Amino acid sequence: MPLLEAIDVHGGYGGMNILNGVDMAIEADEIGVIVGPNGAGKSTMLKAVFGLLTITGGEIRLRGDPITNLPPHKLVERGMGFVPQEKNIFPSLTVAENLEMGAFLKPATVTRLKRQIYDIFPPLYDKRHQPAGELSGGQRQMVAMGRALMNEPSVLLLDEPTAGLSPRYMNEIFEQVKRISATGVGVLMVEQNAKQALRIAHRGFVLAAGQNRFTDSGEALLADPQVAKSFLGG
Amino acid sequence: MNELIYFFNYVVVAGSVTGCIYAMGAIGVTLIYSILRFAHFAHADMMTLGAFVVLLLTLAFPHAGDALGLPTAIVMLPLAMIFTSLVAVGIDRVFYQPLRAHGVKPIVMVIASLGVTLMLQGLIRLFSGTGAESLYVEARKAIFRIELPGVTRPIIITEPQVILFVVTLVAVIGLHLFLTRARLGKAMRAMSDNPDLARASGINTKLIITLTWVIAGSLATLAGTLLSLDVAFKPDLSFFLLLPIFAAAIVGGVGHPYGAIAGGFLVGFAETLAVFNWSVLLRPLRDSLPSWIELPNNLALVGTEYKIVVPFFILIAVLIWRPTGLFKGKVI
Repeated sequence: MPLLEAIDVHGGYGGMNILNGVDMAIEADEIGVIVGPNGAGKSTMLKAVFGLLTITGGEIRLRGDPITNLPPHKLVERGMGFVPQEKNIFPSLTVAENLEMGAFLKPATVTRLKRQIYDIFPPLYDKRHQPAGELSGGQRQMVAMGRALMNEPSVLLLDEPTAGLSPRYMNEIFEQVKRISATGVGVLMVEQNAKQALRIAHRGFVLAAGQNRFTDSGEALLADPQVAKSFLGG
Repeated sequence: MNELIYFFNYVVVAGSVTGCIYAMGAIGVTLIYSILRFAHFAHADMMTLGAFVVLLLTLAFPHAGDALGLPTAIVMLPLAMIFTSLVAVGIDRVFYQPLRAHGVKPIVMVIASLGVTLMLQGLIRLFSGTGAESLYVEARKAIFRIELPGVTRPIIITEPQVILFVVTLVAVIGLHLFLTRARLGKAMRAMSDNPDLARASGINTKLIITLTWVIAGSLATLAGTLLSLDVAFKPDLSFFLLLPIFAAAIVGGVGHPYGAIAGGFLVGFAETLAVFNWSVLLRPLRDSLPSWIELPNNLALVGTEYKIVVPFFILIAVLIWRPTGLFKGKVI
């Protein structure tokens, strides 16, 4: 049984359908990457999974249980973590406080989990008493992912974690995503840097006009000349 | 020296008293704004309500404080704080929460709070009448005179003023520790920073809202009561408090509790200095002044009756030149 599964999902904003039948599935230790042109519905799909917009058709399942249209806080309780693309930290709170807020529902585990997060993101340890809003873009992204991981999610949703980052930070974030997935957390992320992201992807989903155009392993998608020609810039 | 004592009594003490009152009011306004994103105009009436509840309790049990050696009003404070907090939470449930659920614009909330202002004012007036009433029922206000060697004029400070300074200090330190150390205090700051992410982190935002009203209601009761204890309870207290506490919150930078404290003292001292009679300080120089300068008896910048315009001018100046306030707050 897949960890996270979406079957023929339809939905959108205010009656306008953006998703016209998306299918995806990832296993517990896998990284799934959603790529595709602008307006294909990549971020919309991620938000639909996290209950931020109404799904009008199809189903989403977490470990086989239907979770379609559950509100975000219920999904957090069920072990889903979501890192929005923007506004994904508490800027006036220190790095340590940002992490503590991530484990708000499990205060007893805070100390142990904070240590784990500092192991995954070593730069955060030195900055733990600094307001998160004063950090660089890459470090903010680490705070954002760290906050979501503090709830010990079984699946982590990342919306363009490398948007606006320098290539050095981009590679660092991808390395960290690999490390997160290696600890048994399923990762589903939307990425603009399609080639680099597919390189670390176990599952790749190429969306266009709100539908799956190609679905395969990351490797196979990178090798497919048709995918390369239409979606990866040759 | 006598002139300096005069300055101390009429500026340092009086300014600090006003500053403490405005600071506690402004903290409430700023907390409510940062959590609920609207300017709560009924806040000054919550201060009046808190003081009125203390007055009623004091009238009912005038000697409750005798055993502790404190004014009865001070002993009644905790009860009044609980009551006013409950009223604040109740007002939120009945008036503001349904509007929030409809996702109305902040201006609708502001207008709703104006309605609550009128309602509270009417209710208080209905029960209290329109006259002023001392919170010292069957007791007398203790006044401390501190004589310094070599001067004829003593430093004068009253019992409620001393209590006010202590209470403000304890309240501010307590609030600081709560916001920086307690799990719920940090969650409150998190919700002020980013409400969507707070919800996505599993923070119970309803609980945080309730807590905000409890803190704001308690501080309002403290400020209203201690002001009434120092002067007298008046049902139209809020009329003289609303503008200064909003000026203080905006001067300090809306959303910053520490800014609200700074803003409270700034507005309080500005008011005091504006009505201070500077002529007294210049009197020792009278003999050295050229004969054509005659020192007037009253040399205040504005008359006491126009005190209320001072925060108004500060407010306008800040909104024109630094709309985010001293501590870079949000723009209302």
